[in-house]
Amino acid sequence: MPKKNKRPGKIKVWAVAVWLVIWQICALIIGQNILLVSPVTAFQRLFELACTGEFWLSISFSLLRIIGGFLAACAAGILLAALSAKFKYVEQFLAPFMLTVKAVPVASFVILILIWVSSTNLSIIISFLIVLPVIYTNVKDGIASCDKQLLEMAQVFRISPMRKIRYIYISQIMPFFRAGCSISLGLCWKSGVAAEVIGIPKNSIGENLYNAKIYLDTPDLFAWTVVIILISLIFEKLFIYLLDKGIQRLERI
Amino acid sequence: MEVTINHLFKSFGEHTVLNDFNACIPAGQVTLLTAPSGKGKTTLLRILMGLEKADSGEISGLEGLKQSVVFQEDRLCENLSAFSNIKLASPQLKNEMIEEALAKVGLAEYAHSPISKFSGGMKRRVAILRALLADYDILFLDEPFKGLDAETKALVMSDVKQRSQGKTVILVTHDPTEAEILGAVYTIEL
Repeated sequence: MPKKNKRPGKIKVWAVAVWLVIWQICALIIGQNILLVSPVTAFQRLFELACTGEFWLSISFSLLRIIGGFLAACAAGILLAALSAKFKYVEQFLAPFMLTVKAVPVASFVILILIWVSSTNLSIIISFLIVLPVIYTNVKDGIASCDKQLLEMAQVFRISPMRKIRYIYISQIMPFFRAGCSISLGLCWKSGVAAEVIGIPKNSIGENLYNAKIYLDTPDLFAWTVVIILISLIFEKLFIYLLDKGIQRLERI
Repeated sequence: MEVTINHLFKSFGEHTVLNDFNACIPAGQVTLLTAPSGKGKTTLLRILMGLEKADSGEISGLEGLKQSVVFQEDRLCENLSAFSNIKLASPQLKNEMIEEALAKVGLAEYAHSPISKFSGGMKRRVAILRALLADYDILFLDEPFKGLDAETKALVMSDVKQRSQGKTVILVTHDPTEAEILGAVYTIEL
């Protein structure tokens, strides 16, 4: 049995520790909290924030909306990719839309959407728009790369469409979908929070970042940034773990 | 009911593979399909299985027949186990029946291991079993014993002979002894 390859991009604790030390040294050299806070100060502030109800309210607000947009985009991306693979006209029809969504800057979308809807639901739409083309493209590529020989085998053995999707398509599309999720989860957090900073919906992470900027509260800025990184990482790991478990379950005959 | 092939033509670009091909495949018998490499044996099988369209010609007697096949390639789902690959093609089969069949060809202890961990010969045995255990009226065997060692080949061939008794079988092979052992009565030359 071949040895399992070590994941090249896996983050090592020692590397994180070295970067924290570099950060601490830089902060000590600069010596001004307003320009660069030390990691110790940032984590102290984070701990203080974590003891307040508003902190968790802001996290819940942004998390629900950004992840809601992500999940909706996953569902729509899969559905549209399946339709595109089946009907060439759907693919041709969607191509300009997907290209435009990919190319338009987030800021333009944010301003345009703020004209149409309230800032409360802005991050849902932004994260949806950022994630949709990534998932759509990846799933479409996955469908296109499905093993034709296996599909012919399924045809001869009269395997039902549902079983074909479950046991042949899903396992072959999964690496593409997984990669798409991994990329877009980072993107949806970045763009979702950026949208909140522009739209400033009440009780959002974006509002807290905006306030930190207005009041030159650098420790708050760093603390909230750490929060975003942590939520993004935790959710990505959790989502990919659940996805893998779900697929394993689904593929059991 | 016999399968009749009339005036079959098939070309790939400039290259003509089947040129006014005619044949009659008797029901319930093993028919050997023979020709030098690249002369269209696999193409003919693909047309009979409905995976390829002929340019012109007629095929009768296949309507309503349930098909089964051992392709030249294994065509197994690498993420599934040997057991699951067979069950995928034949969901109606009882689990014990699949396990028993796998044991008969020496794969009892690997029944629930993923196919990706199997050797070429083991995969071949699973591909053959999948075809034999399926519910079929006509069985296509395209060089089915390729890559099997002599001992395993003998074991698998006797299993094929036993399980395909009374069914219509079309066998493509370059080895005349395989056709002889399986009891091929008719030969079609391309």
